[in-house]
Amino acid sequence: MSPADSRLRVTHDDGVTLVEFVDRNILDEANIQQIGEEISSIIDSRDQPRLLISFANVDHLSSAALGTLITINNRIKTKGGQLRLANIDPQIKEVFAITRLNKLFSIHDDAPSAIASFTS
Amino acid sequence: MQPSPGPDHESLRATVTADRSAVAGLVSRIMDIVERFNYPKTSRFAIHLALEEAVSNAFRHGHKLLPPDAAVTVEAHVDARRVRIAVEDQGPGFTPDTIPDPTLDENLAKPDGRGLMLIRAYMTRVDFNPRGNRLEMTYERPPSP
Repeated sequence: MSPADSRLRVTHDDGVTLVEFVDRNILDEANIQQIGEEISSIIDSRDQPRLLISFANVDHLSSAALGTLITINNRIKTKGGQLRLANIDPQIKEVFAITRLNKLFSIHDDAPSAIASFTS
Repeated sequence: MQPSPGPDHESLRATVTADRSAVAGLVSRIMDIVERFNYPKTSRFAIHLALEEAVSNAFRHGHKLLPPDAAVTVEAHVDARRVRIAVEDQGPGFTPDTIPDPTLDENLAKPDGRGLMLIRAYMTRVDFNPRGNRLEMTYERPPSP
């Protein structure tokens, strides 16, 4: 897939892969599937991947997107890696709380605190 | 001169197929009506989320075995006090009580099954017809702070 087609911005810094979303709304099932495949290929390309997903500028997130995040988390754990989430809008954070997914994911206010939480 | 008051309610009934731009357009039309009735941001977030989940469920589960051009019907009725939305698919229906609770510890790492619980969490009332292919949900405007 060419970068122009991607729904993600991916950067690598000091052993951490930072993933950001192009879209404000993560609702379209085809896009969500594409996002899942892109992130899965990043995970598969690394040993013990350390992944930070930033939700800055994301306004809406569907349950299908939550499902993809869970699949990503399961995949990272299988590879002995770590996943952090950051920059989540307060209303979306409430969705994580209602679904109790705040117990499953490591959620941080911003990228620096998320990066600092990775264990070596 | 005082501006003339708007209508005391607005209704919409539309059919939509499994086409993302068509679904987004319909959701946008309904949310424009909700905005015209000055529902606050938190209410609009709740209604938008429930509407997206209901339409998504209709296609993903209700129309699982139907062709993509099978239409889902969406009805919306908005007034100053509440927003009522109905989503009806052409599928065989389902029994809502059989959906496992996704918030239980043993279900947390399972990727599916959160759409309906989110609809129930954000809407004031959620009902299904006996066949289980029509969801009716109501959002009551919260009291002003």
